[in-house]
Amino acid sequence: MPRAEVRLLAPACGVLSLIAAAAALQALIVTDVVSRYVVPPPTDVVMAIARIVREEHVVARFLLTSGETFGSGLLILAVGVPIGFWLHRSALARRAFEAWVAAWAAAPLVLAYPLFLVLFGRSSLTIVVLGFAAGVAPVVLKTLEGLTATRRVLVDVGRSLQITRGQMFRKILIPAALPEIFTGLRLGLTFSLINIVGVEFLINFGGLGQLINELAERYDLAGTYAAIGFVLLASMVFFACMEHVERWLRRTH
Amino acid sequence: MAPAYALTVRRSRLAAALLILTAWQALASSGLLFRDVVPSLWRIAAALATTLTAPAFYANLRVTAFEFAVAIAIGSMAGVLVGLALGASHFLSRAYERWVHYLAPVPKIIFFPVLLLAFGAGLESKIAMGTISCFFPVAISVAAGVRGVPPVLIRVDRSFRATPWQMATKIYLPAVRAALLNGLHLGFGVAAIGVLLAETKLSKAGIGFLVMDAYHRFDMPGMYALLLLVVFLVAGVNMAVTRISRS
Repeated sequence: MPRAEVRLLAPACGVLSLIAAAAALQALIVTDVVSRYVVPPPTDVVMAIARIVREEHVVARFLLTSGETFGSGLLILAVGVPIGFWLHRSALARRAFEAWVAAWAAAPLVLAYPLFLVLFGRSSLTIVVLGFAAGVAPVVLKTLEGLTATRRVLVDVGRSLQITRGQMFRKILIPAALPEIFTGLRLGLTFSLINIVGVEFLINFGGLGQLINELAERYDLAGTYAAIGFVLLASMVFFACMEHVERWLRRTH
Repeated sequence: MAPAYALTVRRSRLAAALLILTAWQALASSGLLFRDVVPSLWRIAAALATTLTAPAFYANLRVTAFEFAVAIAIGSMAGVLVGLALGASHFLSRAYERWVHYLAPVPKIIFFPVLLLAFGAGLESKIAMGTISCFFPVAISVAAGVRGVPPVLIRVDRSFRATPWQMATKIYLPAVRAALLNGLHLGFGVAAIGVLLAETKLSKAGIGFLVMDAYHRFDMPGMYALLLLVVFLVAGVNMAVTRISRS
């Protein structure tokens, strides 16, 4: 099949096959082959979307989860970029602690959520701090990578013009490292969002994660599936937006 | 690195570690926080010793290890099959890979209520949780690996009229070894997290269950000890996989 045809036809086939699978599932549920007490009919799920948006304050919950992620993002930037800069400035610190930051990035921090609960209580603070802890390491590592990759000639030009340290940081190092810092921020926010929604679900507190837990505990099956669909959609939009911004940033730099 | 410099690096690390431990101990004995929220280092060490000598810990560890092993087996197998199909067929890749990419980073724990309904509150739902966590990194990595296979190898195999099974076993799988190991490496980590998180939510056995049990009994030294063990166990599995993939 020619490539141009595949480009148009394949995504349409993908969507149509998913719709066909949903229709087949509906038929299996209606004929009692699959229990409707385990999987609700897809039509019920679609109809539940309007209900949960109206009755479960989905928009407010969405804003709460977004706000928590935004708060974590600000903390990540405020702490991660300076640490990255410090590791860049001090060769000893970099040699001693870069591996620690990498280990932190790989650590399964979300498993320690009971610890965060004990320290910060069952509140948004726990969620924001956990989101921060999960997302700070990529920003540190990527800031360091970006600063290290700054072209030598830019730094030399700055020095020959006898600019101050602050000017070197603001005018040369940060703009040069910005695309890498953003890549780190994208990774960090992705980890943050995953952990934030996960912890909201686990501790039954906050925004979209809690919504799924609450509907499941009420045994509102169609609502639970609709809420899962909503979280999937919100996550997809978030990740797609971040990717576009990153691509745009890389093009303009 | 010069020996003197290496020594300075080691000393810096030691100083930082001591600083963190001292700060913890000072916070524990300051009385600033509610008693036991930050237990002293000695009490955590004692709880660590108690946990490691208790038969219950090993019984629960076996449960978690079993769930993890089955999840890895099913998740990686499904990931390899889907990855091979997506990587080898341009049509399938255009039709479905976008969805796999979009679903990959979402927090998988949100599917847990559905898995509970489908598989019950026993081991099966935790295995399912680990399976879907492991599936995505393996599938994405294998699909990318297949696309990196030199076209000449595929043309040669086609000219010999190889069957799809022969193509998979003779060309694709050997060629995607590095990508597969990379995917498995990521898959192991997320599967461990998936299984353990599911255990903390609803279970009667496993390390995640022990952590929540300690939390509900407000046995803070015990909970901290278990969390330390969990982090070391997951890091140990991670290091072992890294070593195997490098060799």
